[in-house]
Amino acid sequence: MGMKFTFVIEGGNFSKAGTASSEVKKILKQLNVDPKIIKRTVVSLYEAEVNVVAHAFEGNMNVEIFPDKIVVRIEDKGPGIPDIDMAMQIGFSTATPEVREMGFGAGMGLPNIKKNSDRMNISSTINVGTQLEIVNYLK
Amino acid sequence: MVKVVDVVDKLNAKVICGKNGLNQDIDFGFASDLMSDVLTLDTDNLLLVTGLNNLQTIRTSEMSDISFILFVRDKKVSQEMKELACENNITLIECSYSMFKACAVLYEMGLEPVY
Ligand SMILES: Nc1ncnc2c1ncn2[C@@H]1O[C@H](COP(=O)(O)OP(=O)(O)OP(=O)(O)O)[C@@H](O)[C@H]1O
Ligand SMILES: [Mg+2]
Repeated sequence: MGMKFTFVIEGGNFSKAGTASSEVKKILKQLNVDPKIIKRTVVSLYEAEVNVVAHAFEGNMNVEIFPDKIVVRIEDKGPGIPDIDMAMQIGFSTATPEVREMGFGAGMGLPNIKKNSDRMNISSTINVGTQLEIVNYLK
Repeated sequence: MVKVVDVVDKLNAKVICGKNGLNQDIDFGFASDLMSDVLTLDTDNLLLVTGLNNLQTIRTSEMSDISFILFVRDKKVSQEMKELACENNITLIECSYSMFKACAVLYEMGLEPVY
């Protein structure tokens, strides 16, 4: 049994994007996790959170922290991803001009999550939503 | 290695918040308006040079452990950005130079590129 936290993510609301990841960062700091592992983890979570804000309607971030690992599920209601292999490629993006104006939309987020996590699982249903699981070992 | 206070001086810049970071040394500089790019860095002790002045610039720096942000092209920091930066001990600096000119000065001073 780990500690459990849930955060709500609002689609389209860029002024709130990052608040969930920021809370997780505070918790990991309090638990004295190695700063390098914290950074890898929260960068992954932030990329995932921004993806919900940029590409979906609404979502949740469910965080479970165990002594040796953190397991995070980010689930959203949204358009889904038609071709996950394509979405995982560096440079592939369907981001709108509004999202690009916010400093995102280079098609680098999903590959960066892969780089910064120990395990990443993504599944998606068109016109329903996307689920992303990120696991990082804390030791 | 460059002292933050010297950066402020050389660029005729203005410190908006995080004055306690001014005596620190920084090794690297990275210039981008694209937060997607910034999030891929794994460099410590870095000055972010950017013209993107929104809340996500501060959030990105918070997640990436970036403690110093230089805003160029006379981009102004909003109250919200300032508050979030303060909370996270991030030093914000405003300067009226173009990104190109600011980077040229910083390079000359000895700040190193990430790649
Ligand atoms: N939660 C999601 N819901 C729907 N589509 C998504 C979601 N996450 C990613 N995608 C799709 O996958 C593409 C690639 O995502 P990725 O995070 O790599 O890049 P991006 O978000 O477009 O840009 P960046 O992450 O560099 O800001 C997106 O452009 C979008 O088409
Ligand atoms: Mg993304």
